[in-house]
Amino acid sequence: MYSFDIQRPTTIADAVAALSTDEALPLGGGQTLIPTLKQRLSAPSVLVSLGTIAEIKGVCTGDDGAVCIGGGTTHATVAREASSYPALADLAGHIGDPAVRNRGTIGGSLANNDPSACYPSAALASGATIVTNTRSIAADDYFQGMFATALNEGEIITEVRFPVPEKAAYMKFEQPASRFALVGVFVAKYADGVRVAVTGASENGVFRWTEAEAALSSNFSADAVPAAPSGDGMISDLHGSGAYRAHLVAVMTKRAVAAAR
Amino acid sequence: MTKVTMTVNGKTVSGEVKGNTLLTEFLREDLRLTGTHVGCDTSQCGACVVHVNGEAVKSCTMFAAEADGAEVKTVEGMANADGSLSVIQQAFQDYHGLQCGFCTPGMVMSAAALLKDNPKPTEAEVRDYLEGNICRCTGYHNIVRAIMAASGQDVPAVAAE
Repeated sequence: MYSFDIQRPTTIADAVAALSTDEALPLGGGQTLIPTLKQRLSAPSVLVSLGTIAEIKGVCTGDDGAVCIGGGTTHATVAREASSYPALADLAGHIGDPAVRNRGTIGGSLANNDPSACYPSAALASGATIVTNTRSIAADDYFQGMFATALNEGEIITEVRFPVPEKAAYMKFEQPASRFALVGVFVAKYADGVRVAVTGASENGVFRWTEAEAALSSNFSADAVPAAPSGDGMISDLHGSGAYRAHLVAVMTKRAVAAAR
Repeated sequence: MTKVTMTVNGKTVSGEVKGNTLLTEFLREDLRLTGTHVGCDTSQCGACVVHVNGEAVKSCTMFAAEADGAEVKTVEGMANADGSLSVIQQAFQDYHGLQCGFCTPGMVMSAAALLKDNPKPTEAEVRDYLEGNICRCTGYHNIVRAIMAASGQDVPAVAAE
């Protein structure tokens, strides 16, 4: 790693001030950023740890019934405490491994927007709201391609609000070595329609499979899932071709619909 | 340099660390607690698992500065007060839950974290929980048997020979 200083602010205001320094980067749980730093793919002068900011930790229920998760909440805590949204708790409980889940945070995952991360699919399929220190961003406007989001420099995710669906499930086909999603599909059925979000597959990161949403909104059954989408624009690597990932999108969507509760 | 103070295996320790000093470096090189191993340094293998405030974490993927004020427990803190092996450690010995031994500190710390939350896990739950701990000797069967024994349950007769 290149050398840098670490700051540990205890309030969002202090963290925002610390991040205004040139070359400062926020540090969530570090489960992606620390390996990145070890590979010298990033060279911040200051890391601003968000781990000591109590106000962005925890799970609660909002006035509208939505599950509200602080940006600094670990995957393990979400798995334990987001019981009013079982599909979300289940997703959180299967990210990485137990030790990773004790450090990694929802805010860190959404800010990084890894094209194979699990959380972006839950946020997009739930029509979640990503709340930062300055504004609220709808999930539909938030994800802007592989590793790209609507966040500005120094902006911190303080909370993520998930409307709770009638039924939902997340199904992922794991890449056997990394355990990241080779393809992961989150299906959420709301009173006003079904949303289907796919991670791991597209070169543009997480996306909504609108054909499946339309079909499932009129008939919520695995048989109604359309034929696999085109493999054009899908990630193609040694673990699977674009066509294979496209096939998996349909298979995992069917499994998610069948498992939804 | 930043001054950090933490409790490690019940003792208060302090030290000066750089921003990029990993917790595992602080434990091994500053405190000379070399029981915690570094296998991969890429957060895959789990040989470096320690407990921070009671939770299993990979100490190669956490900065020492982030552990300031924390309670840290390493494999050196696992023995009983009289120096005898803890139930988990004894079970690893009894069931030959190690071959080369390099992954063992992480396996013991992960096992302790599992049994704290889930005192009577099924064999499948043990295997699932050890997802982030890799044994390069592939000696998983006896590790699983040791953890089942440490939980006071019947030990599955798996084909470990």
